[in-house]
Amino acid sequence: MAGYPARATVKEYSAFRLLVEGLRGHTGWKPTWRAVEPKPRYDVVIIGGGGHGLATAYYLAKNHGVRNVAVLERGWIGQGNTGRNTTVIRSNYYYPESIALFDMSVKLYEGLSRELNYNVMFSPRGMVIAGHSRHDMELMNRWAGAMQAYGVDVGLISADEVKRRVPALDTKNKRWPVWGGFTQGRAGTARHDAVVWGYAHAADRLGVDIIQNCEVTDFRKASNGHVVGVETSKGVITADKVVISVAGSSSLLAERAGFRLPITSYALQAFVSEPVKPVLDVVSWSLATGIYVSQSDKGGLVFGGPLDLYNSYAQRGNFPTAIHAVGALAEQYPSFGRVRILRQWAGLVDVVHDSSPILDETPVPGLYINCGWGTGGFKAIPAGGWVMAHHIATGKPHDIGKPFNRKRFENGRLIDEAAGAGIAH
Amino acid sequence: MLLIKCPFCGERDEIEFRCGGESHIQRPASDVSDETWGAYLFARENPRGVHFERWVHHAGCRQWFNLARDTVTHEIRSVYPITAPRRGPSQ
Repeated sequence: MAGYPARATVKEYSAFRLLVEGLRGHTGWKPTWRAVEPKPRYDVVIIGGGGHGLATAYYLAKNHGVRNVAVLERGWIGQGNTGRNTTVIRSNYYYPESIALFDMSVKLYEGLSRELNYNVMFSPRGMVIAGHSRHDMELMNRWAGAMQAYGVDVGLISADEVKRRVPALDTKNKRWPVWGGFTQGRAGTARHDAVVWGYAHAADRLGVDIIQNCEVTDFRKASNGHVVGVETSKGVITADKVVISVAGSSSLLAERAGFRLPITSYALQAFVSEPVKPVLDVVSWSLATGIYVSQSDKGGLVFGGPLDLYNSYAQRGNFPTAIHAVGALAEQYPSFGRVRILRQWAGLVDVVHDSSPILDETPVPGLYINCGWGTGGFKAIPAGGWVMAHHIATGKPHDIGKPFNRKRFENGRLIDEAAGAGIAH
Repeated sequence: MLLIKCPFCGERDEIEFRCGGESHIQRPASDVSDETWGAYLFARENPRGVHFERWVHHAGCRQWFNLARDTVTHEIRSVYPITAPRRGPSQ
């Protein structure tokens, strides 16, 4: 706790602080979060220092006063999927359960920089999804109707309007002609690293310990089967409650804990180009190729495509899928075809059969799990953390998180976004 | 890029194939509990290491077969017929 109050009372980051620090040579800044060694015992241990784990810790401390919390991260904060996604935030899902969850998340993102006193650079620039056939238009019409009925700001637009909003998109392309589009105005992007750094910053100031380079290797259970702690590369840490929040590695920890999950881990690739002048001020997505692209504040074109469709724990991605993504981008946006790619990478995504998350208790008492976000976890970080914190602190699922239980794989009440919202896997 | 040895056509590029997921899943009797049935339908091994899986030579002979592949290195450890039991290194 050295040097930090348990509750932050003064805003650490402000224009005034910047001015003062500027005058004294920036010597007064403190680390955004403390470097600490684990204590022997916590009320709650969260495995995984990604967005969802850190948000869970923050809302446990902020909303429920549970402050004796540790977040254990195997690598560095921002090294996993939170630093590997394409930063798109949207809530245009099909089923009311999903809309409630993802729209809650978009609303939390809208106030997040102020909430965390950390600029996450949320940019609700809008999203344009292009349809390329009569069938695409019929599907989008159906989606828009369902979403509008639940209050999401979506609408159909003409091919001319798509061209006006995304001038770089070749709407008269012979292979992928654009028939029309589908928009969400409040969708956008945020700086992905800043989201984890911001949650880490704010959780730290409420007393949460964030421990990097600490890999959980096994669970400790009492004779009644209740989880009582974890074994880590930094020794045994006991806890009343433990949360698994590790995306693509969920199956591995579940196996250590003694249960199985309906999850398959795949690599999802992303790419960023060299920086160019502003050419694209929305998130643009094509239904036909599954390619989505936005331009970062640095000018890089950030884009991605479909999954590498076989099980993988390799954070690099496979060449055929990379070629598909790059080829489709170059064909649909001809002016991007000569832009050089700076980097390519992959994250490990935890895909569930119905493409909806699992936010629930596990067969091991005291052990909770937040997983199954698949290709769309970044947009849901605030909501995932909020509903998990509620479940852990109160012992009862949050109303919005309740449908995303494990039981649905026994009783068949799936929330089939894979079919409903055209998620491309 | 994987080079997959189809048992019928020999070595071909991975783009000719489709992965059908985990192999050797046994269908339980029809009078089992919802829990067992749900596990049969949805629970998956998803190992970090050797995975036994089904592939189809989609753009070739269209035959299904099994292979054992490492999910970290993607190295193919063995290829064997669709009806054969697991063949290859243990996990």
